[in-house]
Amino acid sequence: MNMMIKAYRRKLDVANGRVDLSHGAGGRAMGQLIEGIFHKAFDNDWLRAGNDQSAFSVPGGRMVMTTDGYVVSPLFFPGGNIGTLAVHGTINDIAMAGAVPLYLSASFIIEEGFPFAYLERIAQSMGAASREAGVPIITGDTKVVERGKADGVFISTAGVGMVPDGLDLRSDAARPGDAVIISGSIGDHGVAVMSKRENLEFDTDIVSDSAALHGLVADMVAAGGAHIRLMRDPTRGGIAATLNEIASQSRVGFRIDEDKIPLKPEVAAACEFLGLDPLNVANEGKLVAVVAPEGADAVLATMRAHPLGSEAALVGHVVADDNCFVQMTTSCGGRIVDWLSGEQLPRIC
Amino acid sequence: MKYIDEYRDGRLAKDIARQIAALADPAQSYHFMEFCGGHTYAISRYGLEDLLPANVRMIHGPGCPVCVLPIGRIDAAIALAMRPEITLCTYGDLMRVPGSNGSSLLKAKAAGADIRMVYSTLDALRIAEAEPDREVVFFAIGFETTTPPTALALKAAIAKGLGNFSIFCNHVLTPAAIQNILESPDVRKLGTIKIDGFIGPAHVSTVIGTEPYEFFAEEFKKPVVVAGFEPLDVIQAILMLVRQVNDGKHEVENQYIRAVTTFGNEKAQAEVADFFEFRESFEWRGLGEVPYGALRLRPQYVAYDAEKRFSMVTPAAKDNPACECGAILRGVKKPADCKLFGTVCTPDTPMGSCMVSSEGACAAHWTYGRFREQARQVDVGRAVA
Repeated sequence: MNMMIKAYRRKLDVANGRVDLSHGAGGRAMGQLIEGIFHKAFDNDWLRAGNDQSAFSVPGGRMVMTTDGYVVSPLFFPGGNIGTLAVHGTINDIAMAGAVPLYLSASFIIEEGFPFAYLERIAQSMGAASREAGVPIITGDTKVVERGKADGVFISTAGVGMVPDGLDLRSDAARPGDAVIISGSIGDHGVAVMSKRENLEFDTDIVSDSAALHGLVADMVAAGGAHIRLMRDPTRGGIAATLNEIASQSRVGFRIDEDKIPLKPEVAAACEFLGLDPLNVANEGKLVAVVAPEGADAVLATMRAHPLGSEAALVGHVVADDNCFVQMTTSCGGRIVDWLSGEQLPRIC
Repeated sequence: MKYIDEYRDGRLAKDIARQIAALADPAQSYHFMEFCGGHTYAISRYGLEDLLPANVRMIHGPGCPVCVLPIGRIDAAIALAMRPEITLCTYGDLMRVPGSNGSSLLKAKAAGADIRMVYSTLDALRIAEAEPDREVVFFAIGFETTTPPTALALKAAIAKGLGNFSIFCNHVLTPAAIQNILESPDVRKLGTIKIDGFIGPAHVSTVIGTEPYEFFAEEFKKPVVVAGFEPLDVIQAILMLVRQVNDGKHEVENQYIRAVTTFGNEKAQAEVADFFEFRESFEWRGLGEVPYGALRLRPQYVAYDAEKRFSMVTPAAKDNPACECGAILRGVKKPADCKLFGTVCTPDTPMGSCMVSSEGACAAHWTYGRFREQARQVDVGRAVA
């Protein structure tokens, strides 16, 4: 009965196809690339779980590990730069497992001709971000490529952390009735970056929300750890991609309420004139938590007491739905919230 | 958000919907075509069809510039972009439109073509100025709304003496397309589509005004209400159309008075007239050849006309035989009637153009409305059980 609804996945044409920009956009095309090439080659239980980090047992507990590449353009934007993003993003991927981040690595691919002054500014802000977070960068690597073979600098960071005893957050854990909580206003990072992008510059006071969320997560875990099913940081593809990912991994649907989603008027206005849906726009200092109904109030109250969660809001619930639709109530009726197709905003992180 | 929220007030929308339900004669059905993809998008995104009574139905029209572009024009653009001296500038929407044999501009770019996504014609001009060794071609598409910016870019290129800038012109015209639909056998003879009135486009009408719709409102006895793109605009326009049908009227009414006048933006019209002339005929996907339905550059600007400058040919190319974009663009079929819809054709893997642009009927229905089919299936299941 569902043949009309089920999303079709075209097989990757490995013999003749090429990587295009949509394969980096965080949508279905990227999923297809990862499954068709990387998962096939690396196949194991950890990758198949589809989390942004993987947990494994070590003497003394469970450890998580993650890695992430940063190619944002422009390199400097209101509220941060590629370096702060590389520190915060990797810490957040560790934190989304409920884990305490411990150490980071950083590797740099630098284009010939890149000014020392820029590199120093980026490195200084990475140092400051890691000290502020209490997560030191303990190893690294440096490569230089010919002019034109990179765009200024690309950074890759990896991180490890330890999961508190008894905690096991996983992407397939959402259950009908669970509450969906967002830690604050959406779309700030994407709009801040776009406001400085060549040919698109516009005046705005919006700054990126780039921030390390492990402090907020630690409070949440302390207040309602047993009730938290899973957490995700809605980066590329925005909360639309995050909710759709959770829906398909947990085989459930969502019902959310547009009115309850925190959104700054400036971000709403910028999205309006850029023709973007804020639900598709990237965040770098926000998280989405799926929480069992009995723990929702306590987790929400704890989040609101933390500076990075002061605008946290319960925006909807998990529902049973074989189609894994994310449905949203709007002022006039209802609609689906889907992944963004293709590539509207390359290199947002 | 000031000046936006006012037009998205759900309570008011429901109030207008109640008025529509009260006025709509239960013994009669009302079929209105929203010509413009902007309205199709608004109807899907805000779920307006949920508010309408069952006997008031919307038919999605062909007013999506990406959707009506025939495959041959995409093939021609890809062939041009593959030439080493060419930099092709295009709006992002066009990147994923399928050409022949699974090609697209996005794939051509990945294969090495110099294709750049731009946000305005002026970006293309800037590239031409900054890179004098490149032949910069702007892939111009769109209805009357986007034609004046193309004219201004051309004017600026001439003033700056830019010899490396040209335009691949695919600008099309709204009134000719509406007339083509009304004259089609589907409407006139076969009666396969019943159209009781039109919602006229918002942005197009800011340029051309409401006057150009007078002819066919009178000739074909169909009411036209020009409406804005916000949900309250659309639902109010539907109310105005229901009133006209009930009163046996066929007038041109202007719901979008905050932006549209009778004669439109005459300065923009003059700029367009300076640079463009009618094509005797132009192929629209879905509608076929539409007489005087598109524009080309005037002969004196041949040096800026990419089709002439690079001796471009538009190959004859056929849509996938199972693709119903043509019938959907004419309003004969709905997206869910197409066998490909949601099976092999989705916004990630579009087979037809209606699945590409957010204004395309298929993409809008897939992205925002497809859960309704499921709801119907569930209802049917319950009824059977």
